[in-house]
Amino acid sequence: MLDKVLFYFFAGIAVASAALMVTRRNVVHSAIFLITALLATAGIFLQLRAEFLFIVQIILYVGGIMVLFVFVIMLVNLDVALQQMQFARQKWVALIVALALAGQVGVMFWTSGKMPGQGLPVLTAVAANRLPLNSEAVAKSLFDSYLLPFEIASVLLLVAMIGAVVMAKKRA
Amino acid sequence: MLPIEHYLFLSLALFIIGVIGVVTRRNVIVVLMSIELILNAVNINLAAFSRLYGDVAGQVFALFIIADAAAEAAVGLGIIIAFFRNRETVLADEMDLLKW
Amino acid sequence: MNATLQATLEFLKLYWAPLLCGVAVVAILPLIVGYIVLVERKIMADMQARLGPMRVGPHGLLQPIADAVKLLIKEDIIPEHADKLVFWLAPVLSVGAGLLSLAGLAIGPAFQIAQDINIGILFVVGISALGIFGIVLGGWASNSHYSLMGALRSSAQLVSYETAAGMALVSALLFTGTLNVKSIVEAQSKEGIWFVLLAPVAFFTYLVASIAETNRAPFDLPEAESELVAGYMTEFSGFRWSLYFLAEYTNMIVVASVATTLFLGGWLRPFAGVSWLNFLDFVPPLVLIAIGAYCVLRVTKQPTRVQQLFMLAVAGLCFVVALVLAAPVVLPVIKPSLREAVAPFYAGIHGGFWFIFKVSLYIYFFMWLRFTIPRYRFDQLMRLGWHFLIPLSIINVLLVGVALIAGAYFQLHGWGLLLVTTPAAILALVAAFLILAIEKQHDARQEQTAPSDFYAG
Repeated sequence: MLDKVLFYFFAGIAVASAALMVTRRNVVHSAIFLITALLATAGIFLQLRAEFLFIVQIILYVGGIMVLFVFVIMLVNLDVALQQMQFARQKWVALIVALALAGQVGVMFWTSGKMPGQGLPVLTAVAANRLPLNSEAVAKSLFDSYLLPFEIASVLLLVAMIGAVVMAKKRA
Repeated sequence: MLPIEHYLFLSLALFIIGVIGVVTRRNVIVVLMSIELILNAVNINLAAFSRLYGDVAGQVFALFIIADAAAEAAVGLGIIIAFFRNRETVLADEMDLLKW
Repeated sequence: MNATLQATLEFLKLYWAPLLCGVAVVAILPLIVGYIVLVERKIMADMQARLGPMRVGPHGLLQPIADAVKLLIKEDIIPEHADKLVFWLAPVLSVGAGLLSLAGLAIGPAFQIAQDINIGILFVVGISALGIFGIVLGGWASNSHYSLMGALRSSAQLVSYETAAGMALVSALLFTGTLNVKSIVEAQSKEGIWFVLLAPVAFFTYLVASIAETNRAPFDLPEAESELVAGYMTEFSGFRWSLYFLAEYTNMIVVASVATTLFLGGWLRPFAGVSWLNFLDFVPPLVLIAIGAYCVLRVTKQPTRVQQLFMLAVAGLCFVVALVLAAPVVLPVIKPSLREAVAPFYAGIHGGFWFIFKVSLYIYFFMWLRFTIPRYRFDQLMRLGWHFLIPLSIINVLLVGVALIAGAYFQLHGWGLLLVTTPAAILALVAAFLILAIEKQHDARQEQTAPSDFYAG
């Protein structure tokens, strides 16, 4: 029961914030709604008992990436009145793509019900109180099985850091 | 945990909204923010399946996606700042230096 | 309907204690913050050879209430063309982040709002980092250049020192192997030594970084009165300003609590494991009885009747608290059979006392620094964070890791670990100073050859 309430609460906030984000004229408002969407996603992670992912989402995504976005928005903040034409010629392309995606997933769910024995596997998740400790499990997996991707990710972050600094530096 | 379909529909909804944002908006910063939304939708999907199968690898992969999103946002915003310094615009329509 | 009602009742039955703790904290915190401000003004006065607030209430003890009333009835001014939604949202974000991060802390073994979180201390640190948005959005919403500059400077400072603080926490967490707040304190109890002795460089780094994180002097350029008026807080008046103020002091309490939990042994009495030092348990009630006795002695010296009664009331309060503290240690002495029954009360009450005492020491150190050291310039501040603290904390993590492996190899425990961690600490400091010296040399050489650049730094 608590699971359901939490899921619908966070899911509602996530979808509403996302919809508001792509429709706002003011970029700072868009950024604020993206922040709430990301916080709601973090709530979904928490509801899925993915505690480490929840706090990493908050520290990195909300506390890092979104701060970067807000800084850049304030640096390039032009007069808002210039941006009137938001939904120009491509809005029909967007609608077609959205319908295609939704239709694809809908067909998947519909046919999986129709054909017996070929539907989605019916699994039951492990009970919440029997889950292993999340941080320890993630750490073990990260440094045991996925050590190489971990090292590659750190090199990627180093490269990105150098690239961003080089690109944003003032020409001497 | 709720049945997996709930999380899949939520992920789909966020993904579609993100795609609409990427395709429709003129402001490049909003396009980047919509890309972040798409990545989040994928993360929700991964975390839900990780919970369903009891395998923590889904969450580990979501961590990598978050790290990757950070790198991409940093570089993307650096490009935007560099472009803004030269052309004083952040609208995608006006970034047409390579057009013939 | 019946199902939802039953589910709600079950939820309340399970979580009534944390909910009550949460409500208590949110209700009492503004009052506590008000009195911390009064304490700061009195300490400031004492260090400046004057008396501080003395008029409102006896010895100025009702000053916070007067300040609160004044702030609440002030006119709410919103700048022209300011974004109303964001203007309203910004202080709320700051306060919300501060209060939420208080939920993960354990004040004593019995008082914790969010109990037994797997990611304990990371939750506190991560959520308190959300306060940056309150600052940035507040500065932007004010529609004023100076506010925006102050906000960008302040948030740049916060972001810079977050990494150093996080790395400092990591090198202390290497000793615990877990992020759970209670397990961290239990690890210090098990080792018998506080982590401030095992990881002194980490404590020093966290101390400096936490001063910068809370925008306190000497890192308070973004909000100092002589610079940019009041930075991002300029256009906020009355209740909104008091929310920002509340957020700042709540952040101070949070970083002090994190440092206390991780470095200063949390709720452990000094030398908690040493049984022949158990007479130290009597120190808290004796100290409070001494303070109460001093108040009683000063009663006759008060000028007016009201102040005399007030002094008596303060003395009475001290005696009551001393009684509450003395009960769990005196009763087992009188009647040894009560020892097990009294043990949880002892742990809870004395644990709470020692935790609050250490947090107060940490905050007193903040205040002491504020009235002693001059302010850092912004570029000096950024240089300190990026060029000194971050290399120092990263090198410290590496060296503490090596020291721990050496300690495990030689099977050192508790105080024996000092043999390996002290050389690691000294090496880390030496390495960091070497990096600084090389940079200084490099800069000196560059300055000789480059044309003068007025915006450097």
